[in-house]
Amino acid sequence: MTDAPAGLTVVNGSVSPARKRITTILIHAALLGASILMLYPLLWMLAASFRPENEIFTSASIIPSSWSIDSYIRGWNGLRTSFGVFFTNSFIISILSVCGNVLACSMAAFAFARLQFRGRNFWFAMMLMTLMLPYQVTLIPQYVLFRQLGWVNTFLPLVVPKFLAADGFFIFLMVQFFRGLPKELDEAAQMDGCSPWRIYWKIVMPLSLPVLATAAIFTFIWTWDDFFGPLIYLSEMRQYTVMLGLRTFTDSTGTSDYGGLFAMSVLSLVPIFLFFLFFQRLLIEGIATTGMKR
Amino acid sequence: MAVQTVSPADLSPPAKQTSLWSRIWHNDAPGYLFLLPWLVGFLGLTIGPMVTSLYLSFTDFDLLTAPEWVGANNYIRMLTNDPKFWTSMRVTMFFVIFSVPLKLAFALAVAMLLNRGIRGLPLYRALFYLPSLLGASVAIAILWRQIFAGDGLVNKFLAMFGIIGPSWISNPNYSLWTLIVLSIWQFGSPMIIFLAGLRQIPQDMYEAASLDGASKWRQFVKITLPLLTPVVFFNAIIQTIEAFKSFTPAFIISGGTGNPINSTLFYTLYLYQEAFGFFRMGYASALAWVLLALVGVFTAFSFLTSKYWVHYDD
Repeated sequence: MTDAPAGLTVVNGSVSPARKRITTILIHAALLGASILMLYPLLWMLAASFRPENEIFTSASIIPSSWSIDSYIRGWNGLRTSFGVFFTNSFIISILSVCGNVLACSMAAFAFARLQFRGRNFWFAMMLMTLMLPYQVTLIPQYVLFRQLGWVNTFLPLVVPKFLAADGFFIFLMVQFFRGLPKELDEAAQMDGCSPWRIYWKIVMPLSLPVLATAAIFTFIWTWDDFFGPLIYLSEMRQYTVMLGLRTFTDSTGTSDYGGLFAMSVLSLVPIFLFFLFFQRLLIEGIATTGMKR
Repeated sequence: MAVQTVSPADLSPPAKQTSLWSRIWHNDAPGYLFLLPWLVGFLGLTIGPMVTSLYLSFTDFDLLTAPEWVGANNYIRMLTNDPKFWTSMRVTMFFVIFSVPLKLAFALAVAMLLNRGIRGLPLYRALFYLPSLLGASVAIAILWRQIFAGDGLVNKFLAMFGIIGPSWISNPNYSLWTLIVLSIWQFGSPMIIFLAGLRQIPQDMYEAASLDGASKWRQFVKITLPLLTPVVFFNAIIQTIEAFKSFTPAFIISGGTGNPINSTLFYTLYLYQEAFGFFRMGYASALAWVLLALVGVFTAFSFLTSKYWVHYDD
C-alpha cells in the first residue's frame, strides 16, 4: 500500500484508499446478494418442510409463522414402505460402495503410480479413456449381464462394480496423490525386504489418508445421490433407495402432500450437508487439485 | 500374505540364471495383481459390454428373445424416420450450448471477484459450492419443479412487482430454460477450479501491466484469460460431457416423459424410454453409440483445436 494522501489518485495506476474501500464494499454486497439468491430456494424448502400444510404455498418467506413437524411424520410413512427402510438401503449401498471404491481404486492407483510392469502405460491410457465414456454405451449389456446373473432387484449391480474400480475418476485422483509421495520410501522399504503389498498397506495407504478420505466422501455422496442405477435395477419398494422413494412420492401423491415431500427431500439432503459442513476443506481441495493441469 | 524378501542384489538388473517365467513373476506380477480388480472390471464391465452394445445396435432385441440381426436398420431409422430422435438431439444440443458457457462465465466471474484478496473468502467459496454438491440430488429437482411452477416461488416474487408469470415448467417455451438455470446454479465446482487456476498467475504480471498503464479489462484479456486457458479448456470438456449425460433433473421435472411437447426430452431420457420403457434394446444401443460418437467427436475436436487457443507455458 502506498502512503498517498487520502482522496488523491496515485500515479502508477493504483487507486486511493477511499475508492478502494468503496470497491471492497461493492464486491461484498454483490457476493452477499448472490449467496442469498442462490441459497434462498434451499432455505425456502427447509422452511416449507416445517410449515403447517395449508401455509406452504401461500408464503414466499423463509421464516414459517408457526412451526410444525407434522410434515416429517406424514412424509416418513407417506408410502407403503416407510422412509426408514429407504434410508437404511441407501446407507448400506453407499457404505459398501465407499469400501469398494477406496480399496479397489487405491490398489489400481498404487500399481499405476508406484510399480513397474510391462503394459503399464497402455492400461493407464485405457483407464483415462474410460473417464470420457458415456455410461449409456455399456448400460444395456451390463443390464443383460446382471439380469442373467440374477442380480436384478438386489444391491449387487450397484455395489460390485465399485469393488472392480469401475469409477476411473478416483483412480486418477489417487494416482496424482501417490505420485507425490517420495520415491525413497518405497526403495528403502524394498531394501528392508518389504513386499509390494506391505509397501501399499503399511506405507502408502497411511500416508494417503487425505486423498482416501476425499475419495470416500465423494463416493458416498455420488452413490447416495445416484438415481439412474437404482431406477433400472431396483423395482421392489422394500429395496428402494431414498432417491427412488422421493421419486415415487412425487408420482403417487400428485399434488396432495407437498409438505411430506419437502420434509423427506430435506431429510435426504442431510447426510450430504453434514459432509459439507465437516469436510468442506477436503472436498474443495480435492476439486481444486484434480482440476489442475499437471 | 507372505512376505517376499528382496535382497539388494535382486534389485540390480538381470540376474543370470533366472528363467523367463520367474522374471515375469518378479517384475510384472505385482503390478498385475494390484491391477486385477480394475482389469476384471475394465474387461467385464467396459470393453465386453462396449463390444456387445455395438453388436446389439445392429439388431432388434427385446431382452426376452434372442437378438435378431437387422443390419444398419436402427441407424437408418434414426436418421431418416424418427422425429423424436431429432427432437431429443435438438433439446440436448440446446442445453449444452447454453448451459455450459453460461455456467463457466458465472464461475469465472465469481472466481475473479473472490480472488481479489477479500475477507471471508472461505465462507463465500463454501456457500457458492454448496449447490454444486447438492444439485445432482432428486430432492433438488423436486424443489426446482416447485420453484418454477405456476404458483411457485419465482412467480410469487414476480407478483410482488405486479407481474403474473407463466407456469415455467409446463410451458414448452421456458421448460428447458428452467433446467439450464438449474445447471448454472451449480457453478460452484468449476468456480473452485478457476480459483485454483487464478492463484497460479503471478501477481507481478499485473503490477507490471498496470505500471504500463494497462486498464483492468486489458489486463483481463491479455493476462488472465490467456494464462487461464488450460483451466478453461479442462472445465469446458468436463462440463460439456456432464451436460451430454444429464438425466435426473429432466426425468424428475417432467415425470419421466420429457414433456411439455418433448421440450425437455434429453437424449439420455429418450434412450432410457426406448430401452426400459419399450424394451427396444437394439435401438437404444444404436442411440448410445451415436452419443458416444458425438462425445468423441466433440472431445477430439476440442483437443485438436486446443493448440490454437490453449496457452501452455512450456
